[in-house]
Amino acid sequence: MSDTILNAHIPDGPLEGKWQNYLDTCKLVNPNNKRKHTILVVGTGLAGASAAASLAELGYNVKAFCIQDSARRAHSIAAQGGINAAKNYHDDGDSVWRLFYDTVKGGDYRAREANVYRLAQISNNIIDQCVAQGVPFAREYGGLLSNRSFGGAQVSRTFYARGQTGQQLLLGAYQALEKMVDAGKVEMLPRQEMLDLVVVDGKARGIITRNLVTGEYERHVGDAVLLCTGGYGNVFYLSTNAKNSNVTAAWRCYKRGAFFANPCYTQIHPTCIPVSGDYQSKLTLMSESLRNDGRVWVPKSGDDKRPPAQIPEADRDYYLERKYPSFGNLVPRDVASRNAKSVVDEGRGVGETGVAVYLDFADAINRLGKDTIEARYGNLFDMYMRITGENPYEVPMRIYPAVHYTMGGLWVDYNLMSTVPGLFVLGEANFSDHGANRLGASALMQGLSDGYFVISHTLGNYIANNSFPEVNESNEAFAAVENDASSRINKLLAIKGEKTVLEFHRELGKIMWDKVGMSRNKEGLQSAIQEIQKLRSEFWQNLRVPGEPNSYNKNLEFAGRVADFLELGELMAIDALKREESCGGHFREEYQTEEGEALRNDDEFSYVAAWAHSGDDSSPNLHKEPLEFDRVKLTQRSYK
Amino acid sequence: MKLHLKVWRQNGPHEEGKLVPYQVEANPHMSFLEMMDVLNEQLIKAGEDPVEFDHDCREGICGSCNMVINGVPHGPLKGTATCQLHMRHYKDGDTVVVEPWRAEAFPVIRDLVVDRAAFDRIIAAGGYVSVDTGSAPDANAIPIEKNKAEMAFDYATCIGCGACVAACPNASASLFTASKIAHLSLLPQGNAERKTRVLRMVEQMEKEGFGDCSNHGACEAACPKEIPIDAIAIMRREYVKAALS
Ligand SMILES: Cc1cc2nc3c(=O)[nH]c(=O)nc-3n(C[C@H](O)[C@H](O)[C@H](O)COP(=O)(O)OP(=O)(O)OC[C@H]3O[C@@H](n4cnc5c(N)ncnc54)[C@H](O)[C@@H]3O)c2cc1C
Ligand code: SF4
Ligand code: FES
Repeated sequence: MSDTILNAHIPDGPLEGKWQNYLDTCKLVNPNNKRKHTILVVGTGLAGASAAASLAELGYNVKAFCIQDSARRAHSIAAQGGINAAKNYHDDGDSVWRLFYDTVKGGDYRAREANVYRLAQISNNIIDQCVAQGVPFAREYGGLLSNRSFGGAQVSRTFYARGQTGQQLLLGAYQALEKMVDAGKVEMLPRQEMLDLVVVDGKARGIITRNLVTGEYERHVGDAVLLCTGGYGNVFYLSTNAKNSNVTAAWRCYKRGAFFANPCYTQIHPTCIPVSGDYQSKLTLMSESLRNDGRVWVPKSGDDKRPPAQIPEADRDYYLERKYPSFGNLVPRDVASRNAKSVVDEGRGVGETGVAVYLDFADAINRLGKDTIEARYGNLFDMYMRITGENPYEVPMRIYPAVHYTMGGLWVDYNLMSTVPGLFVLGEANFSDHGANRLGASALMQGLSDGYFVISHTLGNYIANNSFPEVNESNEAFAAVENDASSRINKLLAIKGEKTVLEFHRELGKIMWDKVGMSRNKEGLQSAIQEIQKLRSEFWQNLRVPGEPNSYNKNLEFAGRVADFLELGELMAIDALKREESCGGHFREEYQTEEGEALRNDDEFSYVAAWAHSGDDSSPNLHKEPLEFDRVKLTQRSYK
Repeated sequence: MKLHLKVWRQNGPHEEGKLVPYQVEANPHMSFLEMMDVLNEQLIKAGEDPVEFDHDCREGICGSCNMVINGVPHGPLKGTATCQLHMRHYKDGDTVVVEPWRAEAFPVIRDLVVDRAAFDRIIAAGGYVSVDTGSAPDANAIPIEKNKAEMAFDYATCIGCGACVAACPNASASLFTASKIAHLSLLPQGNAERKTRVLRMVEQMEKEGFGDCSNHGACEAACPKEIPIDAIAIMRREYVKAALS
């Protein structure tokens, strides 16, 4: 297959009017016809739960699936800091344009203008919807909603619910979903894992799942499939993602013809609790909102091993404030993370391992009082204390970057439809709105925008424009795909080797973190590709998965997911190698400014890299979607 | 540190289970679940089946993890879910008994994994505000007193783990159900459906086979989110008001 230019189907007209134009002209489905269509929603995080609830309200029959025992437990539940919207309630100059502009700039000009503008427009409706559901956002004494500022923005536009915004938003969406379960319009199927996509006559018409309690395979038929399965940060083994977060559903769709876009764009979050030992199973994020009041520093000299309280001001280096006087501690995530890595690489890291920097609240506590700090961040401080055994009211926190979010994902057009007709992708699973770096508080916004406000229209347009010949479970395509899925599972169990899934996953994670992580170079990426290939072949010869296929078997689930990560990891390295520039979270050491900032190459790389599976994991085909910027002027990002 | 574990093993809902002794080498920085990971790696290497347990976020917010540790749901630390418990609270030579939630309404699926679907059905019976997507007024149209919002929030933090049921001598789901009722009844948004909500949710709770509340207070003590037991008083008040009108 040769390179083709991808069409994103962006509506005509000026940027500000594109979405309205779409709404005015898209085809509608007659309310009585909606109930004749079954929509399969895979995943019930913010994107999936909001989509399932909204589509059911409109009259579609919805079947929703998730891995956990309840829809309420999706990874979205763990989001802490907040959700952006351009309400400008505080009259600090915010607007849809500014939210749009900040998001495009924050993404280092690698996102699609039209999508981001729509996202900024919809942001305000999300807040209205969630408040109406009873989401208890933070409020001022006057009873109105409160905001805070987040990295990469100079206005206060982040709505928050203590340090557990994701929990409250997800519970709102989950309750809306349960409301539609009660109404008989959603069938909720928890403890089910989608293992493959069924394509009939060129359209996505169903999925094969494995019932995680009984091990049985199930065939589900629908007129469209919505993939809302989250991000793939767990390819690094250690990340802030929940343990069940995985790429399997997206990867299986890639193998069935959906393109995978910008897989190398990974976000490393600057404020996480540092790794403490090899047994570590995941990393814990400390919300970036902490950077509003905490000051980041390391000793000026690497030899300075005094406890932090004994290091006088003169011997401290508040390196973010020093290098970026106008944004200071609030620079975007990629900039904050890379700077932490560079002071650690210089030997100035702190703590037992030397792989950490301080985040210090002493000044804020002096200025605002302990009570105020406790009210703002109490639960985060408690979490830190539980994990580390240290009290951040008294000693500075130790933090270090960790893998947090994946901007890459399945390629979708303006309709959120992948290259497989009828397969839509929402939330973190798609690549759409964040370019090469996501700003804080904008993933929740995107997931809910996709799920509550975009998909109902774009799916309707698809349904109205297409015909759906009767397909049922006994269709041969279903039998064939189920056979593929069960053979894979049986193969995993049949290897009966020596090494556990966990051991393979850790090894893969180390390769990814060292060579496809915070900073990358040609040589490292080339060797990562070879190492991953080697590890993958060892996996299929030497894996040991205990237990039976027909029972609850967590290890077997994880084995299938790690098998897919072992393929995805290679694609990420291939993509990172091909992109010979630095942008956002993708930092190629060969391409940097004299000041060590990411150096883009807009002439050659202002495109979305969408990879198509070729049948051979090591030689995917690249398709490009050129990025055109009509309204935003591309500049070298500067947060000085 | 060396620990002597006794872990509940049960192959399926209808099979008999028993406590099985294991020894494991742990380190004080590990979380409790990481210690269980070490045990499982050990078992797999020895050709045995690992212990099944639910977990996901490992940071105390998803409500997946559910272990009764030495007889206490989520273990000894107040306001802490199993996944947030660290081994620094144990010492060399300790014996630790690990069991699943036990309640008729939470049947065991395998080992420490139980079926908590009853909770979803309780929420489906009215634990929401019926507002269809796109029909909401401007978010600042309804100011809400800060104190009230904060109070509602305290109840809204329930993670749906089920420790309250596991701790209760009657296996009552009152704290879980009441936390949602209290959250929504304290806010103006929840007003319109106030009566039907409490009547239906309480009815569903009874239908699921959870026991009655006798004000024991064990639920509040076990709750990893420290949901105040006042929630149950609010639920009762709401129920009486709704039933009488
Ligand atoms: C610790 C943390 C804090 C964060 N804080 C913020 C924040 O403050 N603000 C912000 O904007 N963003 C934040 N984010 C990012 C944000 O939370 C996520 O990007 C977002 O919640 C993803 O939502 P989602 O609906 O796309 O997917 P998820 O919430 O990841 O949901 C995925 C769903 O898919 C299901 N699933 C996956 N695979 C399968 C399969 N094969 N079969 C069936 N079901 C499947 C899962 O069961 C789950 O239901 C944070 C992320 C982390 C890790
Ligand atoms: S009330 Fe507490 S113990 Fe009960 S389910 Fe909610 S969080 Fe868990
Ligand atoms: S694993 Fe999520 S609360 Fe314990």
